Amino acid sequence: MKKKAIIAAVSAIAIALSLAACSGGGSGGGSSVAKNCTNKIVVKSAPVVTVWAWYPNMAKVVDNFNNGHKDVQVCWTNVGQGGDEYNKFQTAVAAGKGAPDVVMLEADHLANYQIQGALVDISKYGGNSVKKNFSEGAWKDVSVGSAVYAAPIDGGPMAMIYRKDIFAKYGITPPTTWAEYQQDAQKVKDAGGPLFGDLGANTPAVMMALQIQKGAMPFTYDPTKPKNVGVSLDDSASKDVLDYWGGLVKDKLVGVQDQFTADYISGVVGGKYATYISAAWAPGYLSGAGVGQGTDKGQFASAPLPQWDASNPVSVNWGGSAFAVTTQATDKKLSTEVATGLYADNASLEDGWKNQVIFPLNQGVLKSDAFVNAEVAFFGGQTVNKDIYIPAENAYKGFTYSPFQVYYYAQLQAELAKVNAGSETGSEAAAAVQKSVETYAKKQGFTVS
Amino acid sequence: MTSAPAIASPRRRTPRVPLSSTQRAAQRRRAAIGWLFIAPFGVVFLLFLVAPLAYALGLSLFTKGLATGTEFAWFANYIQAFTDPSFLRGVGFVVTFSLVLIPIQMALSLGVALVLDALTSRFARFSRLVIFLPYAIPAVIGAIMWGFLYSPTFGPLGQLFGLIGQQAPFLLDADHVFGGLINVVTWQWAGYYMIIIYAALQGIDPSIYEAARIDGASSWQVALRIKVPLVSNALLLILVFALIGTLQFFTEPAVLRPISNGGITPDFTPNLYAYTTAFSYAQFNYASAISFALGIVVFICVYIFLFATRKRGSFLS
Repeated sequence: MKKKAIIAAVSAIAIALSLAACSGGGSGGGSSVAKNCTNKIVVKSAPVVTVWAWYPNMAKVVDNFNNGHKDVQVCWTNVGQGGDEYNKFQTAVAAGKGAPDVVMLEADHLANYQIQGALVDISKYGGNSVKKNFSEGAWKDVSVGSAVYAAPIDGGPMAMIYRKDIFAKYGITPPTTWAEYQQDAQKVKDAGGPLFGDLGANTPAVMMALQIQKGAMPFTYDPTKPKNVGVSLDDSASKDVLDYWGGLVKDKLVGVQDQFTADYISGVVGGKYATYISAAWAPGYLSGAGVGQGTDKGQFASAPLPQWDASNPVSVNWGGSAFAVTTQATDKKLSTEVATGLYADNASLEDGWKNQVIFPLNQGVLKSDAFVNAEVAFFGGQTVNKDIYIPAENAYKGFTYSPFQVYYYAQLQAELAKVNAGSETGSEAAAAVQKSVETYAKKQGFTVS
Repeated sequence: MTSAPAIASPRRRTPRVPLSSTQRAAQRRRAAIGWLFIAPFGVVFLLFLVAPLAYALGLSLFTKGLATGTEFAWFANYIQAFTDPSFLRGVGFVVTFSLVLIPIQMALSLGVALVLDALTSRFARFSRLVIFLPYAIPAVIGAIMWGFLYSPTFGPLGQLFGLIGQQAPFLLDADHVFGGLINVVTWQWAGYYMIIIYAALQGIDPSIYEAARIDGASSWQVALRIKVPLVSNALLLILVFALIGTLQFFTEPAVLRPISNGGITPDFTPNLYAYTTAFSYAQFNYASAISFALGIVVFICVYIFLFATRKRGSFLS
């Protein structure tokens, strides 16, 4: 009798546990476990490194890498573009497991994860071997002193993409200053034309770049003194730029549509916006969504970013990314090999820049004749690299980002939405962002100056 | 229930008479088998409800800063939550939302249930199914669908307003998002509540109606004086469901946020705020505190509600 009861108890517990195991299963194991790869593993016997990235041409890039390597293979997953990936990566960092070996990060997010000890100094694992391929500035952007936290892939020099058909119809030439931009916008509106541009609240990195263009210094941060951070988000330059865009919105000269949404893309396709203030990699994302095809083919052109002071132009940057090795990587040396070797072969780089998915930072490509003189189909054969983007990249002096960039962007996005809704002026938005970010930084234990 | 004493309830056991050792063993065995029967549920309950709750409660008592590290902080996170304008605004929103949404939902589902109860045609059966259908659609799919319907570019509203040369309102922007979400949630849940009320109506003895008619009651009087009071327990149940669900409002705003042009902020509802705090800002400690703080708010609201309706309500007592 007793025996039976024990057997019953054991089996009941076993059933309960197996049920529990069912519902608890599928919680992504160790980081080196390669499952659910989007790509095919070519050399089955080789060790596998997991990678998260969202480049539109990543499938080709991964195949190029796997076909060219016998010692290591890449298992790639696209877990989302930008913020979607960062949320998942952040959660994996906090959980201490579930992160990939190698992760694609934009330059503005490196400090955010470096301070949490989530990234590996790849110079200890031979990462410096590719240093010679990059400009001093590009390498500095991924380094802290002698430590290197990622291998750069692409940059994001900004320019003004515009529609030639709309500009021709309303008799305007590309504005060189923001004052002209506003006048032209008014002119097009008065003639019954489309919106001149768009202030998407969900691209706060663009607004930050435009503020820096006028002389703002949002953050001062030295990763070697990680407890001190300077926060200056409501200086006169930041307020001016926010007020300028707030004014354009108020006068209904630009749209208020969030970018990368179906509504925005369909507007770009339909010629709803005359200009698109964006980076060199943007056409790759637009053409992938159907922009610049059919009747719109060749209607786009690029011009240098409008300036506040035409005699003293300032070049700014949006996005651009790098591959970092995470501290959860099981084989850090092999992961470093992937981080420095992936998207570094000629075939991948060429595919990337020819489709404007990336603006390569690899000097070999940047200086090659094919890249410099390329007649870009999206821009109707315009030699945009030589005329616009290479000069912009060369003039770019680098930004300083905060170690809580994700939080800052979220606050700026919320305030931009209020500006777009007309419930707040640009200056008020700047003051609100300053207040919330400063409070946050202090709560996180930083000494804020 | 006159035969009930035959099965001795635990309270009626007679402990004064000392039990023999075999009797005691048998009793213990019976108790053990009882525990065995609830073990499968118990294990799942402990593992997936009690343990995570305890873990979250533990988390909420610590603070962690990017530059400081983890420290035990007693109830500092709770003090912060109840003075955090984001959290308070979120609570304010869900409370207002409940006050508007629940009466609309109740009136709609009660009205439809009464009409369907009065009809017996094939049309009634068909309507019942169609009205219930939105509940069968997963909330996420429903929200995505409404996102497209609300879209100024692809949605029907844009075309309708285009006919009269007007710009359609975007139902997810800061000014209209309240109404836009009321519509989505009502669409999703009214059918489900209707079925609950309808089932309760079907359980009423038809002879009561007959008696009422003989006494000269009109259809309106039968509906309002007999049917509604008799399903008041079902109504109360729905109210509590709706209240708890709405205070924890999350799915629809989370799905519609990326296309709302900033109309839905990261701190739109307390649950959404907890989610963003945890999974975007990596403040798991504070997020746990927000969740528990929301739990406290829900408990207070439901308690107030049950207290206010204690004379009518009996389904919980």
